[in-house]
Amino acid sequence: MRGRLLLAVPLLLLAIFAGVALWRLSSPPETVIRSRLEGRKLPGFSLPAALPARPTVTSANFGDGQPRLLNIFASWCVPCIAEAPVLLELKQRGVRIEAIAVRDRPEDVSAFLERNGDPFLGIGSDLDSRVQMTLGSSGVPESFVVDGRGIIRYQHVGPIMPQDMATIIAELEKAE
Amino acid sequence: MIAEAGLAALYLAAALALLQLAVAAIPALADKAVATARPIALAQGLLTCISFLCLLLVFIRTDLSVTLVAANSHSAKPFIYRFAGAWGNHEGSMLLWVTVLALSGALLALLSRRMPERMLSAALGAQAALALGFYAFLLIASNPFARLNPAPLEGQGLNPLLQDPGLAFHPPTLYLGYVGLSVAFSLAVGALITRDVGPALARAMRPWVLGSWIFLTLGIVAGSYWAYYELGWGGWWFWDPVENASLMPWLAATALLHSVSVLASRGGLRTWTMMLAVVAFSMSMVGTFLVRSGILTSVHAFAVDPTRGTFILALLMLYVGGALALFVWRAPTVAEGARFALVSREGALVINNLLLSVILAVVFLGTLYPLMVEAATGEKLSVGPPYFNAVAGPLGLLLLLLLVVGPLLRWRRHDAPIAGKVVPAVLAGLATLVATVILAPGISLMARLGLVAGMALIPASLMPLLGRSLRRTPLATWGMVIAHLGVAISVLGMASDAAFTRERLAAARPGERLELGPWLIDFVSVSPVAGPNWTALEARLRASKGNGTEELHPQARVFTSPLTETSEVAIATTWNGQLYTVLGRKTGDRWQLRLWWKPFVTFIWLGGVLVAFGGFIALAGRGWTNRRNRRRLEEAEL
Repeated sequence: MRGRLLLAVPLLLLAIFAGVALWRLSSPPETVIRSRLEGRKLPGFSLPAALPARPTVTSANFGDGQPRLLNIFASWCVPCIAEAPVLLELKQRGVRIEAIAVRDRPEDVSAFLERNGDPFLGIGSDLDSRVQMTLGSSGVPESFVVDGRGIIRYQHVGPIMPQDMATIIAELEKAE
Repeated sequence: MIAEAGLAALYLAAALALLQLAVAAIPALADKAVATARPIALAQGLLTCISFLCLLLVFIRTDLSVTLVAANSHSAKPFIYRFAGAWGNHEGSMLLWVTVLALSGALLALLSRRMPERMLSAALGAQAALALGFYAFLLIASNPFARLNPAPLEGQGLNPLLQDPGLAFHPPTLYLGYVGLSVAFSLAVGALITRDVGPALARAMRPWVLGSWIFLTLGIVAGSYWAYYELGWGGWWFWDPVENASLMPWLAATALLHSVSVLASRGGLRTWTMMLAVVAFSMSMVGTFLVRSGILTSVHAFAVDPTRGTFILALLMLYVGGALALFVWRAPTVAEGARFALVSREGALVINNLLLSVILAVVFLGTLYPLMVEAATGEKLSVGPPYFNAVAGPLGLLLLLLLVVGPLLRWRRHDAPIAGKVVPAVLAGLATLVATVILAPGISLMARLGLVAGMALIPASLMPLLGRSLRRTPLATWGMVIAHLGVAISVLGMASDAAFTRERLAAARPGERLELGPWLIDFVSVSPVAGPNWTALEARLRASKGNGTEELHPQARVFTSPLTETSEVAIATTWNGQLYTVLGRKTGDRWQLRLWWKPFVTFIWLGGVLVAFGGFIALAGRGWTNRRNRRRLEEAEL
């Protein structure tokens, strides 16, 4: 009997292999790597205002009980232009959007907002990308959904396109 | 028309496979089973050849109304890649697979005249069952001849990484090896069904195992060298899942090769050999599944499709599961073979088999571990060279140690002292150890042990010839000696590469002079060049060492269809190693140059080729002896 059990070892290995393979075939791997910062508190930062006439954004703006979207953009960034109408639409739906302009000049930022619309509450100026790096953002545009307690709930890499709106709104509702 | 002819030939071949299976399964036909199945198997082989020729033709003519051609070829592609492009994709390579499978079946029917009829009939039935599944896979899920209407004006081109002479050689060679093992599988299944496991079976199986193993060895060697110069990172083995997929059948086939010898000449290791024969081809199928299904992330994932993965998995479960179940059922009825003492040739071969099996298990586990962990906990991780080198390395060294002693032992029981014959190996090993400790104190332990084992193995591998008349030594023994010498040389290359490689990453302006190991390298210039379907920036490097000068032209290439950037490595080969150069990006007025000096790295592949050559000598020797014996037998009967 023991001999026969030993003979069945390859069959058992095959069963394990098939199980693992079937599992993988039925649940294809996630190709998106989720941000490590999701579920963590927004790192502390303070920035000078990007435009003299506008308020800036600091980490203190978050965690007042209201979920917010933190958008990282730049006037020199082409995908940011593509994203602009979607951000305006989100603003009209009542989303509070804070912004960080990366490696930018005040005159360029104001020209950008004039041309593409201005959905932002406060705009901070991150001249050397330091705050961008702290947030774990590697490019523009990127957006973070931050909940009412100041905890990052979701990171969106790249422009928010019309098809992404549902995800963003769902994440903001979850963050209520 | 050509495509339709190819498809029709495939359908006919599938119908014949069904017929061949029926012939083996219907008891009423038992008397004439082999005589009936033989022409069917031959016709099947012929039809698949026709089908494959049709595929070659549509690729050579770049017939863009065939979907596969439009997706993988381009009229501006050089001729050889239009030809080799036929199997540089999923459907074409699967057609190559079934062609080899059907041809193996035809050869089995044609050549095995001395086998028991019942066993051959069962084996042909098993071979037909295998073929039938793969025909179904081709015709249902991967039709290579599907038409595209309207036909596009131009094809999408072949992945530039595949536009290399390596493509013409590496996949067909590996497939001959993978699929050749199917015959060992079918023979084992046939013998288990007819309860006929014995030396006669082993003698019938041995040439198939040996032949497949030669091709597998050559295929792996070619793939390793191809990756080495094509991917441009200077490594020759990465433990990538798909590399492992080719290594696992090779490990199983190597073990099988040794155990089938024991069964053929001594009648021992019966059950174990049957299991290995099933496992070896199973590993080929597992490898195919891993490559085709995309369930593992790999640099080779060029033909990924979960539906096809499911199909191959179903076939794999059916065949491997069926064969293993048959094994569990019939193995207890297999007669026990001749007994032997622990210290004997058989004993050494058993340890060889155990070590190879453990390495196989280690590679199998390491390849699947990331999947198992993710299935169980959701955590993502990857298993790479640190694990494989740390685990497989020491086991490999043990195997080398065994190789010093094993071939010197007698069959059944060894009483005579062998110390005298081991002395040269021990001396060579000790001398290497002392020399490396003095001359190269900083190298890693594994590299040092590899050098010691490799040097010890050179005299040890020649020892079986000692005291023999060289002219009367059987070719099979010569083959073994050559193959073992090849192992020694290959190991020396690996260890030398690990121990002595010099690497340099430089940002240089044209006109600068760089130093690397024994080389002085002048960075002369960078200029644009153009090929048939690419443009490139080409660096001119003049490298000098001692009194020799080499010109190297590494390129940063841009292919036009599909648009891809690749770096074309330039390599200067000397008797004692290779200078390996890669041109990188330009920053400011400086170019990135990556330079490696790799002493004796070529030994890795030279040794591998020698291993395969040893196999070839043994195969030729056995064939020759068989023929001579048969002739003597016939003369005696007259």
